[in-house]
Amino acid sequence: MSTILNISKIDMVFPTPSGSFTALKEVDLQIKKGEFISLIGHSGCGKSTVLNIVAGLCQATSGGVLLNNKEVSEPGPERAVVFQNHSLLPWLTAYQNVELAVKQVFANKMAANEMKEWIEHNLRLVHMEHAMHKRPDEISGGMKQRVGIARALAMQPEVLLMDEPFGALDALTRAHMQDSLMEIQDELNNTVIMITHDVDEAVLLSDRIIMMTNGPEATIGEILEVNLPRPRDRIALAKDPQYNHLRASVLEFLYEKQRKVEDISTKENNSKKTKQQRKATQVA
Amino acid sequence: MITSMNKIPKGLSITQWVKAGTSMLSKHSKTILLPIVGLSIFLFLWMIAAGSINTSLGKFPGPSAVGQQMVNLVNEHNTERDKADKFYLRQEKRNATKLAKNPDYVAKIRNYTGKETFLDQIFTSLITVMSGFILAAIIAIPLGISIGLNKSLNAAINPIIQIFKPVSPLAWLPLVTMVVSALYVSDDPIFAKSFINSMITVTLCSIWPMVINTSVGVAAINQDWVNVSKVLSLPRLTHIKKIVLPAAVPAIFTGMRMSLGIAWMVLIAAEMLAQNPGLGKFVWDEFQNGSSQSLSRIMTAVIVIGFIGFLLDRIMQKIQFIVSWDKASAER
Repeated sequence: MSTILNISKIDMVFPTPSGSFTALKEVDLQIKKGEFISLIGHSGCGKSTVLNIVAGLCQATSGGVLLNNKEVSEPGPERAVVFQNHSLLPWLTAYQNVELAVKQVFANKMAANEMKEWIEHNLRLVHMEHAMHKRPDEISGGMKQRVGIARALAMQPEVLLMDEPFGALDALTRAHMQDSLMEIQDELNNTVIMITHDVDEAVLLSDRIIMMTNGPEATIGEILEVNLPRPRDRIALAKDPQYNHLRASVLEFLYEKQRKVEDISTKENNSKKTKQQRKATQVA
Repeated sequence: MITSMNKIPKGLSITQWVKAGTSMLSKHSKTILLPIVGLSIFLFLWMIAAGSINTSLGKFPGPSAVGQQMVNLVNEHNTERDKADKFYLRQEKRNATKLAKNPDYVAKIRNYTGKETFLDQIFTSLITVMSGFILAAIIAIPLGISIGLNKSLNAAINPIIQIFKPVSPLAWLPLVTMVVSALYVSDDPIFAKSFINSMITVTLCSIWPMVINTSVGVAAINQDWVNVSKVLSLPRLTHIKKIVLPAAVPAIFTGMRMSLGIAWMVLIAAEMLAQNPGLGKFVWDEFQNGSSQSLSRIMTAVIVIGFIGFLLDRIMQKIQFIVSWDKASAER
């Protein structure tokens, strides 16, 4: 499979009152078509910044992003984003929220009835056909996130970017949404970059897990290939030694190699560093 | 044994029923009973106070005097309407007989020139306030949106808004009057000059809360919605129409409700000072008249003015509830 997205040696430097602050340093990653990538790391490590640069919502200080060998300089529907807090427009129904996207992307390519069909198809895909004409404040958090995903899928993006899509959901709903996402992924085989805090989620869904070091100057620490066969079943995997091994390596990276909370004895030596990290949290 | 067991829940259900009854009573007491209690206490205090204030025009009017005066004012209105009808009838007859005598006669039709009644003045004031308010909204909302979208424009215009916002309508009025007399010259004016004066004064004073609230609502738009628009690459105009405008609707309505309240207050003052037709003129005329009835008629006008102001806000709130997606903000 060929490389669809090339994140090429990205640096991100933010100007602050006390001098410039390097959030990202030489983040370099090539993603193949149809690959499901997870970005994992402690908060403030710049995961969201990487995603925003790929989305075009912010610009890298140096380096760049190539999609199909073309440089990305501004946001566009071919890089659809599923936002952490669903970001549905509250004055539109679920259907109208998806419609806004479809009308914009397929303005001259689809007839009115084709558009209707396509919107309904995408809402069916996320099992929202029963509440299509409800407004966001009339449906649950999980349902809102489903509509957010339907909106992104309806754009037929070349890369689907997900910023902690299930972070705000309770554990049961989250598991349900992960299963839904795997089901959709089996069918559509999208190229996906997903940010997550959840180790299980990363191992369950991904083809590769990108583990990021702590900021400042955050970069890719390790890359873990997940070769578990699909379709994956969370209950069967719970006892699978390979799954548990993968899970353990992510945990090891996060809690031993990239320990965020420092020991009390080293705190004084690193007080300067901690301050900078705090800034990183604010920036990201 | 079984029958007695059956009876126990029945007995319980009666107490539950009573409980439900009392809780319903307390619910009603909050929405109906308490306001009635408050109103009664107010009327009582008003009556006591009114009885002990003597002015050169007699005792200060109490609730009963005001009630009496409301009936009087409606009766006066009906009498005046009767007179007008009779006048037109007479005129028609007169013209008809003159035409019968002389077919070349050109009928003279004159308007009835009787005194405007209290109800006429209410009507005039309502028309004026709505015209001034709508004119203000037509200017303020697009202006507010452009200021909200453009930081440089905001920086340029904000000082002007801040300076003009606190200006009293009484200061504007002489200027407006002179400018209107100079510019609104027509042999057959569609609108009376006094109407234009009042309307423009209302507009000048009620425009600012709408401009400020709209611009703040637009500038404070949720960044996530802006990002959605960016990812969709919405064209500028679609972005404003589909994202910015709906997002700012709750703020726009807040501004509109503030503005309408100000517009109504300003109008009464402007009418009083400029002797323009309306409720303000009614109050001023009664004050100049200085009869034994004047104070109770003014007090009636005060209460009617307050009631209309309240009603206008309620109507705006209702419209907001129907139009706005943010139902919670419409309930405040």
